[in-house]
Amino acid sequence: MMPDQKPEQFSKAKNSPSSPRIGLFVTCLVDLFRPNVGFAAIKLLEDAGCEVFIPKSQTCCGQPALNSGDVENTKTIARQVIEHFESYDYVIVPSGSCGGTIRTHYPEILADDPEWTERAAVFSSKVFELISFLTDIRGISTVQARCEATATYHDSCSGLRELGIKQQPRRLLFSVEGLTLREMDKAENCCGFGGTFSIKYPDISNAIVSEKTEAIKESGADLLLGGDLGCLMNIAGKQSRQGQKVRAMHVAEILANMSDGLAIGEED
Amino acid sequence: MTAIESTFKKRAQAAVANKTLKAAIERTASTAEKKRAIAIAELPDFSNMRSCAKRIKDHVIANLDHYLETFERNAVASGAKVHWARTAEEASHIAVDICKMAKAKRVTRSKSMLGEEIGLPHALELAGIECVETDLAEHIVQLAGERPSHIVWPAMHKSREEIFSLFKSKHEKPPVSEEIADLVLSARRDLRQKFLTADVGISGANFLIADTGAVCVVTNEGNAELTTTPPKVHIVTAGIEKLVPSIEHAFVLLRLLVRSATGADITQYTTFHCGPKRPNDADGPEEFHIILVDNGRTQMLADGMEEMLRCIRCGACMNHCVVYRQVGGHAYGGTYPGPMGAVLTPVFDGLKQSRDLPHACTLNGRCAEVCPVGIPLPTLLRQLRSRSWRSGYEPWLTKANVSVWAQFAKRPKLYHAVSKIASKVIRLFQKNGRIRWMPLAGNWTRHRDLPAPASRSFMQLQRSRHKENGS
Ligand code: SF4
Repeated sequence: MMPDQKPEQFSKAKNSPSSPRIGLFVTCLVDLFRPNVGFAAIKLLEDAGCEVFIPKSQTCCGQPALNSGDVENTKTIARQVIEHFESYDYVIVPSGSCGGTIRTHYPEILADDPEWTERAAVFSSKVFELISFLTDIRGISTVQARCEATATYHDSCSGLRELGIKQQPRRLLFSVEGLTLREMDKAENCCGFGGTFSIKYPDISNAIVSEKTEAIKESGADLLLGGDLGCLMNIAGKQSRQGQKVRAMHVAEILANMSDGLAIGEED
Repeated sequence: MTAIESTFKKRAQAAVANKTLKAAIERTASTAEKKRAIAIAELPDFSNMRSCAKRIKDHVIANLDHYLETFERNAVASGAKVHWARTAEEASHIAVDICKMAKAKRVTRSKSMLGEEIGLPHALELAGIECVETDLAEHIVQLAGERPSHIVWPAMHKSREEIFSLFKSKHEKPPVSEEIADLVLSARRDLRQKFLTADVGISGANFLIADTGAVCVVTNEGNAELTTTPPKVHIVTAGIEKLVPSIEHAFVLLRLLVRSATGADITQYTTFHCGPKRPNDADGPEEFHIILVDNGRTQMLADGMEEMLRCIRCGACMNHCVVYRQVGGHAYGGTYPGPMGAVLTPVFDGLKQSRDLPHACTLNGRCAEVCPVGIPLPTLLRQLRSRSWRSGYEPWLTKANVSVWAQFAKRPKLYHAVSKIASKVIRLFQKNGRIRWMPLAGNWTRHRDLPAPASRSFMQLQRSRHKENGS
């Protein structure tokens, strides 16, 4: 780690020697658009007995470069993330697509670099998406939270298909007091975001997200939840354009009992 | 933006605006999706069968030379003539030459995507030979002067009303009503006499059986049998990736193919052709030609795209693709549409011309999830994107945007300083937490609002909370 990049430790308590040390990769979208998700992640991880660190040197996981085909820049970013995060026991990401990029695609793109192949593989085994880490690794099955709402959960594609996240968030949501979960039709269908896809092919993306907002409306839910801010911003942005009243939040905010604030796209 | 890219975008845009097309695609694809799900759920062990199928295909591809030679030897022993074609042009030349040798005036063709790939209908037309498409959907597409929009249902973009008026204007004895049975009857009337008067029948192949030299063709209409039995000459055009070691292997793949394509257990007709008519056979062609086509396939091996050679052309990837379901097959502009087409068209037509296809995908992974031979389509599309980047085919603006962004992403201090300013600027456009329009964000805000960035980033907030905590 570079000397001027000393990580900032956020945890106050739970410094017991057995606490796993977590490097939290907040993701660029959470950092800029939805800081509350980062704080929710810290709370959930601390409640799960972890010590949380936030390396200052983090930026983005590199998806815009990776998905544009810019392998060289992706490699540089990947090496940088590995350098800054590999000293932690776990690297936790509150996003399925960034988690998938770091866990699945870093080893792939560094596979032709002998110096990094092994290092990337070891690193990737420590990387987890937030919610699945809580349930699958920390064995959490309930949370202390309250939220009076009828929620529907959108399965973001990378989380679902690259990381196998399906039941984990639902299981934890069941323990939230006052919350009713109602499945929308085709919850596993892509919302049409696809990162740069939404900007390169706005009309196709719009047609896809319109089907998603329709399914959400049909479900009768008043709260949309998901584990990926990109998808949530896409869907919430469409809902707001359509004048729909469904609020949108990241699942971590509900689970951390931080749901009384503003939803995505509400004035701050 | 290249001309072709804008063409793709234009086609896609027009398709998205076309409600009739959308309804037609949705009807067929959603039925296929449901039926497939039921058929797969009924299988004792889909994932096991899939990995078995994958291994069969991988084995053949790894030993392609061996199986090609074995197939050729056995096919020749059965009396077939085997031809080799490196390119699409070579393949259609060979087919046309055979037709000319047979002095053919009329040929019948049963549905084959490879025939489309090598431009055979067009080559026959140029040679002045009448080419009759005998698959019902291909017949519709031919009458309409169009190209297939799906590899299993070539006419899925057409509504029943459109087909009725098409038949009314093109069939000698038009259909009496819009009822499906009447439409089918009308097509049958039109095709029946052509089946019996064709000089050459041309089919594709679903499997080439190496240890017997036989060719397996599956259909649901029986038109392939009528195409290949009455004429004196039968020509098979097949991609070299269709090889399997034996009939047992073909059946493993066939079980997956049919379920993945239509959700049925088996096709109505599963026919094996082995050599021409023998002395005591009641019927069959006197000449049996097999044209083995490479057309970029060995190049795919060399380019690290060999996984695509496992494709058995079931169409499941497009039925489950959110993009295909919105734009339909014609928007893709190549022979093969959907996710598999987005991989294959750059191979066949050149990446430069079709660089937008690998990008027109959200990388959601549904296609790979349903593919019966486990082709990692999103990975291959990513591969094509990076090849396009390396080859300099990406528009300069895309390159500039990504490169500038990457310069920041690689310098954390600069990144945070710049994003702080950017957030402030973007927030100037917000009203009630949303941005309805902003310069340079038109492609986003054309259809949806942009939630405004937070007034302070997580990193800023976190730092001040950290200080407050006095640690
Ligand atoms: S890529 Fe897979 S799903 Fe698509 S047509 Fe080929 S075999 Fe079927």
